[in-house]
Amino acid sequence: MIVTMPVDGKAMSACINKSFGRTPYFLVYNTETQNKEFIENAAAKSQGGAGIQASQFVVDQKTEAVIVPMLGKNAADVLKGSGLKLYVASGCSIQDNIQALIDGKLETLTQIHAGFHNHGR
Amino acid sequence: MKKLLILSGKGGTGKTTLSSSFIRLSQSKAYADCDVDAPNLHLMVDKPSLTKRESFYGLPKAHIDKDMCIDCGLCFENCRFNAIDTAKGYNVDFYSCEGCGVCEYVCPVGAVTMGKAVAGNLLLYRDDKVFSTAKLSMGFGNSGMLVSEVKKQLDEEAVDAEFAIIDGSPGIGCPVIASISGVDMVLVVTEPSLSGISDMTRVIDTANGFMVNCAVCINKYDVNLENTEKIEIICAEKNIPMTGKIPFDAMVVGAVNKGIPITDIACPAGKAIRKVYQTTMKIFKINNQENQNE
Amino acid sequence: MKIAILSGKGGTGKTLVSVNLAAVCDNSTYIDCDVEEPNGHIFFKPVINHESDIKILIPVCDNDKCNGCRKCVDFCNFNALAHIAGKLMVFEDICHSCGGCKLVCPEYAISEKEKTIGKIKIGVSEGTNVISGIMNTGEEAGVPIIDELLTREFNEDDNVFIDCPPGSSCAVMESIKDADYCILVTEPTILGLHDFKMVYELVTIFNKPYGVVLNKCTDEYNPTRQYCVEENINILMEIPYDNELGKLNSNGKVISRENERFKNMFGMLLEIVLQAVRK
Repeated sequence: MIVTMPVDGKAMSACINKSFGRTPYFLVYNTETQNKEFIENAAAKSQGGAGIQASQFVVDQKTEAVIVPMLGKNAADVLKGSGLKLYVASGCSIQDNIQALIDGKLETLTQIHAGFHNHGR
Repeated sequence: MKKLLILSGKGGTGKTTLSSSFIRLSQSKAYADCDVDAPNLHLMVDKPSLTKRESFYGLPKAHIDKDMCIDCGLCFENCRFNAIDTAKGYNVDFYSCEGCGVCEYVCPVGAVTMGKAVAGNLLLYRDDKVFSTAKLSMGFGNSGMLVSEVKKQLDEEAVDAEFAIIDGSPGIGCPVIASISGVDMVLVVTEPSLSGISDMTRVIDTANGFMVNCAVCINKYDVNLENTEKIEIICAEKNIPMTGKIPFDAMVVGAVNKGIPITDIACPAGKAIRKVYQTTMKIFKINNQENQNE
Repeated sequence: MKIAILSGKGGTGKTLVSVNLAAVCDNSTYIDCDVEEPNGHIFFKPVINHESDIKILIPVCDNDKCNGCRKCVDFCNFNALAHIAGKLMVFEDICHSCGGCKLVCPEYAISEKEKTIGKIKIGVSEGTNVISGIMNTGEEAGVPIIDELLTREFNEDDNVFIDCPPGSSCAVMESIKDADYCILVTEPTILGLHDFKMVYELVTIFNKPYGVVLNKCTDEYNPTRQYCVEENINILMEIPYDNELGKLNSNGKVISRENERFKNMFGMLLEIVLQAVRK
């Protein structure tokens, strides 16, 4: 399964980032092959619609599961539209969360917030 | 780092006067001004030296190369923002341009290009204290992104600070929403006027939408005691703690203009602000305890 | 004649001045362009005789015609589009209504529908025409509403008072675009002076004739007055801080309709402004 999460840095020791749309990097991880890729988030620098741009990117990676501490409405709409599963991050450790996902211990994300509106005109 | 955000809804209620008093009384090592449209906090607090100044880029702006332009008018016909001025040939009205790129797309000869535009500046003042602020340039609007940059800079630079005080912007628009994100508590400074009450209610509803706790204090409360009572009733109905009332005080203007903190002067407003500060901080610290225990 | 009233800093008395000038003037229309937080109607309490919705165009995709090329998604500078599971998702709150996606689609799959972003209310209050615009919460774009508020026919002898939003953003610029004269309202604090300089720069860039009203003046040192004197900026009037004025204003009263003193004060200000405009 391909799981994607927003992360602070380009290492497995980094923390999961609080923001999805404006996280500096995404980790795209394959639980079967253990292949990992850290990719810079182009949406972080966008004027607006960061959640949407980031979600389009995440879906394009053929992501099947996303682990986040919280998610704004726009990003949630895009991710849900693709049918992938959304999980709440438990603590900030990447390794712990991946393991928890494999063990089926992560909770589904149900609470979506209105979005942080970090956009401009 | 725990964050207290001070908002007002309506402008002119005394938000910045209160923020600067809080910063001084708490000896906060971290503070920020999120009113990027019209930042004022730097006039009222200790300012460490300017350490960083970064350009902030907004949406691109279109530009027409007069030598290549063939006057076909397609840019003008397709622009939905009245941003193509036809008085002397075809020129882009910089302030009206929204950066959509349609004119660049429709131009048959490539005379229109989209270029980076500096929408403002992000500023960092620091010594043992960290002060993060920014200024949006004229003509750019809805500065939610620049507000987020101010907060991000605060988070990144003030790693050792226990808490931060943030002076927010007036209104209820996107800059206010961007400043609410990630804070632990909002203090709304309101005034006893109908406009003030109307705007205060909208700010509270906005903050509650983000599940952030609010408290309210009333400035210049004695200008209208009936409206002050109205505010107290509204807060009771919404279960919002009132952290105090500050009387109108003619000394405030003079103190502000001389750069003297009002809390340093033995006057009614100074005394009342100290009380508001103590009550607010008690709630702020209790909130912190609760959050840590979760 | 169109007069725009602006301030830079909030709470200086922009609405006080615009509402009361409109109230004492004959053949007057008050237009509230602070569409995010309109307050003029709180004072005028107009009898509304006309309401209309303000609409913008939002893209709609015919997914049968769409070939998934994503040219629209790539074109949109505002990231208002996403192409997921074979369908185009449009985020209406983020869309700036530029029409670009419709233009770039090679399959002509995109058409447009109307979306309401706010309202305009037109009414009368004791002989003054009152026009207010309000933006729906959650919407970004005040500019199309301000456009609609100001795009109307006026007669030669109509006097229009435009209550502008605070600050110096694009919404403010839109509000003063066609003004014949600008009144800058400010207060005697260093905060007021700091923000006053912003709108002073704005009216200078736009080449608008202007004058200043200093509000809430006390006997204390007035840094804004000093600045105006130093820069040779025309001060139209100084309104002293007044408890009675403050109380009436906070109760949503049009003070020039409440007693002779204030009626005369604003009558005088109106005369001064009209003279300045004629020059």
